[in-house]
Amino acid sequence: MNHVPAIEVKNLWFYFEKAPVLEGVTFTLEQGDFLGILGPNGGGKTTLLKLLLGMLKPAKGSIRILGQNPHDAHHRVAYVPQNTDFNLSFPISVMEVALMGRLSRARMGRGYSGEDRASVQEALKKAGMWAYKDRPVGSLSGGQRQRVFIARALATEPEILFLDEPTASVDPEFETDLYEFLKELNRYVTIVTITHDVGVISRYVKSVACVNRRLIFHGEGKITKEMLDMAYQCPVDLIAHGIPHRVLPEHEEK
Amino acid sequence: MWEALQFGFMQNALLAGVLASISCGIIGSLIVVNRMVFISGGIAHAAFGGIGLAIFLGFSPSLGAALFALGVSLIMGVVSLKSKHRADTIIGVLWAVGMAVGIILIDLTPGYHADLMSYLFGSILAVTELDLWLMSILDGIIFLVILTLYKEFIAMSYDEEFAFVVGVPVTPLYFALLCLTALSIVIIIRIVGLILVIALLTIPPYIAEKYTGSLRKMMIFSAVLGTFFTLTGLAISYYYDLTSGATIIMVAGVTFLCIEGLDVIKRN
Repeated sequence: MNHVPAIEVKNLWFYFEKAPVLEGVTFTLEQGDFLGILGPNGGGKTTLLKLLLGMLKPAKGSIRILGQNPHDAHHRVAYVPQNTDFNLSFPISVMEVALMGRLSRARMGRGYSGEDRASVQEALKKAGMWAYKDRPVGSLSGGQRQRVFIARALATEPEILFLDEPTASVDPEFETDLYEFLKELNRYVTIVTITHDVGVISRYVKSVACVNRRLIFHGEGKITKEMLDMAYQCPVDLIAHGIPHRVLPEHEEK
Repeated sequence: MWEALQFGFMQNALLAGVLASISCGIIGSLIVVNRMVFISGGIAHAAFGGIGLAIFLGFSPSLGAALFALGVSLIMGVVSLKSKHRADTIIGVLWAVGMAVGIILIDLTPGYHADLMSYLFGSILAVTELDLWLMSILDGIIFLVILTLYKEFIAMSYDEEFAFVVGVPVTPLYFALLCLTALSIVIIIRIVGLILVIALLTIPPYIAEKYTGSLRKMMIFSAVLGTFFTLTGLAISYYYDLTSGATIIMVAGVTFLCIEGLDVIKRN
């Protein structure tokens, strides 16, 4: 195993306007890990993901992705956004969306190569969307669109795959499929996923982080009492003895 | 009608209509999918400041419009990136101030009684051979840039965030698109005038988007529709002696309303 960590974050601070969103976040994720990030809404999960992807710049602190600056590592990472129901009237096919995953490899000013198309074909097949390749993306169901976006991320052949609540708009059946699939993928790709579902965390992830301005990291995939205290405002499906069942009541947001 | 085609000015007008429709189809499609309609309107109207400046200083109004349109498009680009929440307000201000500057400069030009209407509503029948050459060159530039960076432009237009993450230079592309928009607007001002530019940039792509499955086809179909609107409008305006720019837009507008109407009927 390579000794460069997948993600190395030191004393990371980020503010929205003047309100701190992240305070002194520090953690290291080794390559090959499967990290689940949980925390209350507005706790800074998505912000952290955007910082890791280089979409936002930290106010203070450092982020290294595979030993590089986040934006320099763009060809080595991929992400699946939380929201896929944007631009639905945009005239673009499933194939064209998935091909976007090859942008970091394809040369600027040229078309996509045969290799790009082959890789996208494989990714679409893995996601079960190859049969839909010529369909307009806007005509798909939420779950189908999610699969296309996952295929797009896979087509980048990333070393780290980031997902922001990838199952927010899909049926429970696909949710299980997806996590089984990610588990398989995790044999050679580091995975970081935001999720509300602690059941997912206990079954699939290797490490857990809870984000609510501060971050608590647990390298053994265990949810600690400390995390629960921090994440208490958000509804979570808690696990006991390997069987998921709801322990915490759903709270109204304060 | 057909005897009109023997006139040199009519042949120029037809060719100008086709050339403008090509840039309209390509750039108009990108404007529509990137929701840049308002910014384009701002560029078109502010370009009038350049026309006024050119008349005041005594150089070519088209050159003045081009320089002003390019300058304003860059300013609007910066504004829309830096102050997202009030970008539309600032664009509206530039829009109005640009026009005011143009009118005052024309007022200040001694002895000048230009046909303002030709800039406001176009003068397709007055297109010269030099204009046609300039239009062809601009069309060529637009075509080459979009062809070369097609996949990057799609990515930016469909999912800017993802495009940025995978290393597409989204901001330079956005500014390139603004500059191309400014150049197209200068072309189209000759045909329908700056007040009506927006209609010719948006109506063909809007209709085309409904019937096409890819941006490429949308651009081609828009160019064809634009050509149809311009040529039909031109013929009607010639036959009934109407203002050509306004007639072209009316043809586009009526088609737009018919298609929208059919959609509503189909849905119910």
